[in-house]
Amino acid sequence: MTIEVRNLVKKFGSFAALDGVDLKVNDGELLALLGPSGSGKTTLLRIIAGLDWPDSGEVAFNGEDALTQGARERHVGFVFQHYALFRHMTVFENVAFGLRVQPRSIRKDEATIRARVKELLDLVQLDWLADRYPSQLSGGQRQRIALARALAIEPRILLLDEPFGALDAKVRKELRKWLRSLHHEINVTSIFVTHDQEEALEVANRVVVMDKGKIEQIGSPDDVYETPATAFVHSFIGESIELPVQVADGVVRLGDRPLRLAVDGLAPGASRLFVRRHDMLVGPPGSGAFEGAVQHVRNFGPVQRAEVALSGGQTIEIDAPRGRELRAGDTVGLEPRRYRIFAG
Amino acid sequence: MGLTLSWLSVIILIPLAGLFLKSLELSPEQFWNILSSRRTLNALRVSFGLAFAAACVNLVMGSIIVWALVRYRFPGRKLFDAIVDVPFALPTAVAGVALTSLFAEKGWLGAPLAALGIKVAFTPLGIFVAMIFIGIPFVVRTVQPVLQDLEIELEEASGSLGASRWQTITRVILPSLAPALLTGLALAFARAVGEYGSVIFIAGNLPNVSEIAPLLIVIRLSEFRYADATAIAVIMLVVSFVIIFAVNRLQRWAQNRVPVH
Repeated sequence: MTIEVRNLVKKFGSFAALDGVDLKVNDGELLALLGPSGSGKTTLLRIIAGLDWPDSGEVAFNGEDALTQGARERHVGFVFQHYALFRHMTVFENVAFGLRVQPRSIRKDEATIRARVKELLDLVQLDWLADRYPSQLSGGQRQRIALARALAIEPRILLLDEPFGALDAKVRKELRKWLRSLHHEINVTSIFVTHDQEEALEVANRVVVMDKGKIEQIGSPDDVYETPATAFVHSFIGESIELPVQVADGVVRLGDRPLRLAVDGLAPGASRLFVRRHDMLVGPPGSGAFEGAVQHVRNFGPVQRAEVALSGGQTIEIDAPRGRELRAGDTVGLEPRRYRIFAG
Repeated sequence: MGLTLSWLSVIILIPLAGLFLKSLELSPEQFWNILSSRRTLNALRVSFGLAFAAACVNLVMGSIIVWALVRYRFPGRKLFDAIVDVPFALPTAVAGVALTSLFAEKGWLGAPLAALGIKVAFTPLGIFVAMIFIGIPFVVRTVQPVLQDLEIELEEASGSLGASRWQTITRVILPSLAPALLTGLALAFARAVGEYGSVIFIAGNLPNVSEIAPLLIVIRLSEFRYADATAIAVIMLVVSFVIIFAVNRLQRWAQNRVPVH
């Protein structure tokens, strides 16, 4: 099932939750909607599910208009951040719910329903919890049951709203891997919303980065990390050093200091320079584009994180490999191995 | 612990025990004769029967009111929310007088109803109306907080799993509210059984037709037949206790299906 979203606009009062969003989701893809809170990612997901309606724009499943259908007709599996399990039903009945509410004409007999639920509980590896109530499960178990429940109706699309947002870090990591292998197994077109970049980069085939109701970049996890399309993406994904620079007469300046950096195709004016922390190479004084004094060093396993006060007055944090140990008080030259400059 | 138990004893258990002791002045035969007299049986039937019917009406109407108050935003919502408490706060005699004048044959509602051939005031129907009036806040106030806490997400999940609105209500919402609904029902029922003030004004108080058990007790007391009065009181107590106990069990059963977490 492909999903196509065209020029979607949704306003809550004067706040534009979605401000002209276009998106194509390929069949069988696992797509992440990544952005800070208020970026519109959940609103987009809910509109695709039929739980919210846009002010204008189109949503099509396999080329067919989906906005004429309500959530009930769309056949979309939805997983909520806080599970939304039915508390008065056992795990088994929760998973069976979607099968039991089918119209009588297509409803399966009890034995088929039981077999299907068993199969789904096996799939999420929780068949031994069938007779428990949701309140007796851990958060991770609840979310897996919620997923099994959504899969019971053989959804055309699977939508997950911050599925691991309410779980602790360790469980979250386990479930990420599990979700990816599960998707590999069932191969249904899936979209999940997250504000956790690590989660998006680790789980998804493609990542859609959103901010303020707009899509900033769509690309593979490598794309969005290695070649961010906008300043927002660069600062949102991965740890970045950000410096205000001036571009004029083919030269980039940090304060008064000209930097030996290429300016190909850059518009003159105030700009921002972005460098990944680990892309800042440390050399002897005078060797690089920047010069600074090491203020403070901490070791994180294979890297040493150093706070460096640049000669222009700014303080930046860099990650240097261990081996050539840095010490507070050292003067160093810094050369960005890779960098991006964005206007504005 | 000791303090609460002593307090409970002084306030509730000792008066109840006194009631039982007083009724022991009667021989079992006398006791039985009082109970099985036509007037007593009819009074009990009117009290319990109408109270139960009124509680059932309150359960349905109360649920609808709660739904509107919790789920919709409309002008005057806060005012309506406050109005629900009026039967709590109003002295019951005032309620009785108000209802009687409203439903009397020349009253605002009584006149059009009389034209249709329906007589409310001074009939069992009047008792029923008064019992609905005083019981409604019990259902609303017990269910309201539970419905407020019921996440919309549950309904959304149900809908996206293919359930119709009706299936969502019967399979998701009502079972989640069941313990609260049962509590509301029990409270409204208990209140209606014990209601005296508002009912006697509108009831007409015809023996065997529209005479409620609490009134019969008062009548017996005014005739200085104290043992008779306590016998009726004891049987009311026992029946009420059995019903409340049954509702309690039902409630616990419903609650166990929705374990607290």
